Amino acid sequence: MTFDAQKVRADFPILEREVKGRRLVFLDSAASSQKPTSVLEAMSTYYETINANVHRGVYEIAEAATNAMEGARIRVGRFIGAPRPATEVIFTKNATESLNLVARSWGAANLGPGDAVLITQLEHHANIVPWFQLQAEKGFEIRWIPLTADAQLDLTDLPRLLDGVKVVALTAMSNVTGTLTPVREITAAAHDAGAIVVLDACQYVPHLPTDVANLGVDFAAFSGHKMLGPTGIGVLWGREELLDAMPPFLGGGGMILDVRLDGFTPAELPAKFEAGTPPIAETIGLHAAIDYLEGLGMEAVREHEVTLTAHAMRTLTERLGDKLTIHGPAEPAARGGVLSMAVDGIHPHDLSQVMDEHAVCVRPGHHCAKPLMKVLGVGATARASFYVYNDTDDVDALAEALADAASFFSF
Amino acid sequence: MPGLEDLYREIILDHYRNPRNRGELEVPPAHRAEGFNPLCGDEIVVFLDLDDAGTVTDIRIGGTGCSISQSSASMMSAAVKGKTVAEVEDLTKAFKAMMSVHESSLDAEGESGEEIPDEAALAAFEEVKLGDLEALRGVVKFPVRIKCATLAWNTLAQGISEAQESA
Ligand SMILES: Cc1ncc(COP(=O)(O)O)c(C=O)c1O
Repeated sequence: MTFDAQKVRADFPILEREVKGRRLVFLDSAASSQKPTSVLEAMSTYYETINANVHRGVYEIAEAATNAMEGARIRVGRFIGAPRPATEVIFTKNATESLNLVARSWGAANLGPGDAVLITQLEHHANIVPWFQLQAEKGFEIRWIPLTADAQLDLTDLPRLLDGVKVVALTAMSNVTGTLTPVREITAAAHDAGAIVVLDACQYVPHLPTDVANLGVDFAAFSGHKMLGPTGIGVLWGREELLDAMPPFLGGGGMILDVRLDGFTPAELPAKFEAGTPPIAETIGLHAAIDYLEGLGMEAVREHEVTLTAHAMRTLTERLGDKLTIHGPAEPAARGGVLSMAVDGIHPHDLSQVMDEHAVCVRPGHHCAKPLMKVLGVGATARASFYVYNDTDDVDALAEALADAASFFSF
Repeated sequence: MPGLEDLYREIILDHYRNPRNRGELEVPPAHRAEGFNPLCGDEIVVFLDLDDAGTVTDIRIGGTGCSISQSSASMMSAAVKGKTVAEVEDLTKAFKAMMSVHESSLDAEGESGEEIPDEAALAAFEEVKLGDLEALRGVVKFPVRIKCATLAWNTLAQGISEAQESA
């Protein structure tokens, strides 16, 4: 046994609480994860000992705060295999802002009529809507990579679809079906066609060992709060030569080299893209979250989640039989620990409501992926997602709650 | 602590199982309005026949949704058929008053306390008979589900105003 979920659970204070007199069964980490004590303590230690604005003060605690934030940047970069962590890691408020930054800066400078942006049908709205917004101004074409019946990318037509494309908007793992995508293969094809790849790594970085240089992509976006870190901190990683050539996104303090009566000169990377006071404590919390994850080992995290996912797919199918559909790839190794479930004749909202009586936290809805919902032929799903602190007791509770919900509405 | 029986009353489940006035009407002469619940992706379609005197002579409901949105739509269709637009508006206001949470019941801790209906808002529509719709009163205790219950009503209001504009 390489992975001890019981030991992990003990590091998460919220998992000690009861809800409705029962053990809290938290199965919504794909939306936002819980935080270990070490992350909470790192943030309060910052506030209690070195709280000061970064980059400008020359006094001791301001320098300590600056060092802590820049240390976090290096830590984040190393964690994802960034070749140049000090310049290529941009802190944002979340993955959504990171993706908007790419669209508004790289996209606005490089896209126009006659160009195309290729988006997969698995995408979260965060990697769709910014491109639509830009399309309204720049008038390029938007195309879609379709899906197979089990919600994997259908690459049959990829060469034709890539013709004239400048941006491929690609998720590394779907937040709805858990589908893992062939990032390297698509990126190689995209580069051959002269396109860059904007990777939504929101569901990937928290759960699998990540090496952006090896994946070959041009940009990668993710959020701290889905990887044991705090809310309010996101990351954009980008290749230095691209970031260097891009115009700033937001303007203000911190992002300038010079401001004159007739204009301004932007700062160097990464400051160019970090206007205003950054989320300092949050970068420190994210650093602690990464320390925690590396302490477990990302290979071990992935293995734990595949084991749990396989166990859950088996248990739920045994318990509910044909009434249950689990969207996405049937093979646990082809997916992350995300199960989007449908039970015949019962709306996901109703399912989830009854499951709440069991203190089982699952999420009903479209999960910000309405184009995908349309392809799956559903309006919504009930989604359970796993992380480091989940164990087989959680899966058993999920099966019990789902069976109870199914019988509550069986008429 | 509100229990499931507050939400899923028998009459609600009955309307969910056996929805009244399901289907479509020919457009035109009928009017069609579409409503979305942005939270869960539910979609309701209301088909509406209004006569010259402003009476809802027929109504049909399409779309998909949870038991709360579907039963609310079903009860609504039964309640408004044969009513004048003015009567429908009163009924809508009374229903919405029943669905509004009294601010004082939302405590700052964010714990789910006892959400109580806004009795003052409701009292203003005392004379309006809600009938079966009363069964949805418990929805207020589950604030995220309030939008499910009001979806059909908002869609109906939109349909009526579009019908009146085009008349
Ligand atoms: C795949 C994916 N992309 C993007 C996002 C957006 O993340 P955030 O809301 O933190 O910006 C999410 C999370 O909801 C997600 O799951």
